[in-house]
Amino acid sequence: MIPRRLSQILGFSLLSVCAATTLAALGFILFFIGIRGAGIISWEFLTKPPVDGMTAGGVAPVIVGTLYLTVGSLLFSFPIGLACALYLCEYNPQGVVASVIRMSIKNLAGVPSVVFGLFGLAVFVKAFKFGVCILSGSLTLGILALPVIISSTQEALLAVPRSLREAALALGASHWQTIRRIVLPAALPGILTGVILSVGRVAGETAPILFTAAAFYLRGYPTSPFSEVMALPYHIYALMTEGVHPEQQTRIAYGCALILLVLVLCLSSVAIVMRNRQRRWHV
Amino acid sequence: MSEGFPPGKVRIEVEKVSFFYGAAQALKDITLAIPSNQVTAFIGPSGCGKSTLLRLFNRMNDLIAGSRMEGTIRIDGEDIYAPSVDVVNLRRKVGMVFQKPNPFPKSIIDNVTFGLEVTGRRNAAENREKAVDALKKAALWGEVRDRLAHNALRLSGGQQQRLCIARCLAVQPEVLLFDEPCASLDPISTRKIEELIVELKREYTIVIVTHNLQQAGRISDYTAFLYLGELIEFGRTETLFTTPQDRRTEDYITGKFG
Repeated sequence: MIPRRLSQILGFSLLSVCAATTLAALGFILFFIGIRGAGIISWEFLTKPPVDGMTAGGVAPVIVGTLYLTVGSLLFSFPIGLACALYLCEYNPQGVVASVIRMSIKNLAGVPSVVFGLFGLAVFVKAFKFGVCILSGSLTLGILALPVIISSTQEALLAVPRSLREAALALGASHWQTIRRIVLPAALPGILTGVILSVGRVAGETAPILFTAAAFYLRGYPTSPFSEVMALPYHIYALMTEGVHPEQQTRIAYGCALILLVLVLCLSSVAIVMRNRQRRWHV
Repeated sequence: MSEGFPPGKVRIEVEKVSFFYGAAQALKDITLAIPSNQVTAFIGPSGCGKSTLLRLFNRMNDLIAGSRMEGTIRIDGEDIYAPSVDVVNLRRKVGMVFQKPNPFPKSIIDNVTFGLEVTGRRNAAENREKAVDALKKAALWGEVRDRLAHNALRLSGGQQQRLCIARCLAVQPEVLLFDEPCASLDPISTRKIEELIVELKREYTIVIVTHNLQQAGRISDYTAFLYLGELIEFGRTETLFTTPQDRRTEDYITGKFG
């Protein structure tokens, strides 16, 4: 039998190795993308449109396109996701409808993103006749983000102590007042954390916008929700698979990857700061 | 059982009340009358149903899925479980202080004005005045007057509990329910709350659930002993503590079980 002390040392060493591996993998990705992408980043790269068949110039419209798609998807998925989570946690947690919704969300979360893309093509682009555009892409991405937003919002709502609800109700607040004035404010940082993390995911998705919003190359910036757009993840894909100047294109692709990574990291940092704020308020 | 029954006015009448959590019966056929402007204590071992009974008086148990009540509870002669009763109005009239202090994660002043705002009183200056009155009544004003805008969660446990009492008082209830209000407090805070309760009975009808027999003895005028969901004995506190009629009451107050 291994002595207790030795088994403890072994156990903790194993844990440390696993933790270090995770960290190393993340660090390696950041380092690799950073090294490859940093060279091309310049003011011009961030503010100018691509030129010369996407072998030179900047990627400004691509960044803007990603922002439009992300914000657009949020405009759709945040209100619906919030309402849905409220329904599930506060209004009718035991009902048949609630269990159907819960099951749907679980299934929705497991659907591969390319299937969302096909769905968006069939429904938004074709059936609703929106065409390939920001609107179709945003709606498709919004559906993709829904399960994440709903489950993180549910968690945040359930984390609000029962004692706070009871206190509000005991003071003569109605159920709705309790939700609006006590439960939602207390859960808000948690809700926003989930939303921001889902934004990170949405910004990086390629498959859902492949058939619904993204264009290989466009002159200038999108002008309306019915414009096609270029977006960072698809732009990377396009640069790496098409065209006849692999060397210049690869450099630009890594630049785009770095920008995407930085965008997502920034969003995650905001989420972390918010979560910490919430903890401070609940001392 | 009605020995020593209050000569004064009756505020809450409980008639043949049974209560079930699903299939489990928590209260069995309880009948008692709670006198106005007195402190009535519910005592008994854990799980005897004393908190359940208390929470029936402001319909807090309505929130528990699968629960069911039989019998009648009247406050000032009005059946509070009648379909026509507005629960929100009832809860305004019957305030409750919980076992664990549960201030909202808001400022001290916002905690106290909350009850006023949700009941439609929007005049900020007036609400503030009422809040200050409530804080004074709850013996907290002197300690918080300089930091009304501070986060209520930074107060000590005892202060938080008095804030919860102030929050209750601000909506001007007539009955105050205390569910083991000192269970999580130190002896000094406990004494302050007890003094406050005795002070408050001039204006309010008070019902307190307590685990602490000395506390019931110190502050209550009437005591009800519950055991396994039944009301074993109810009477004037000094009578119940000195000459209990039932063997089980005697065993409990002499510490043979608990």
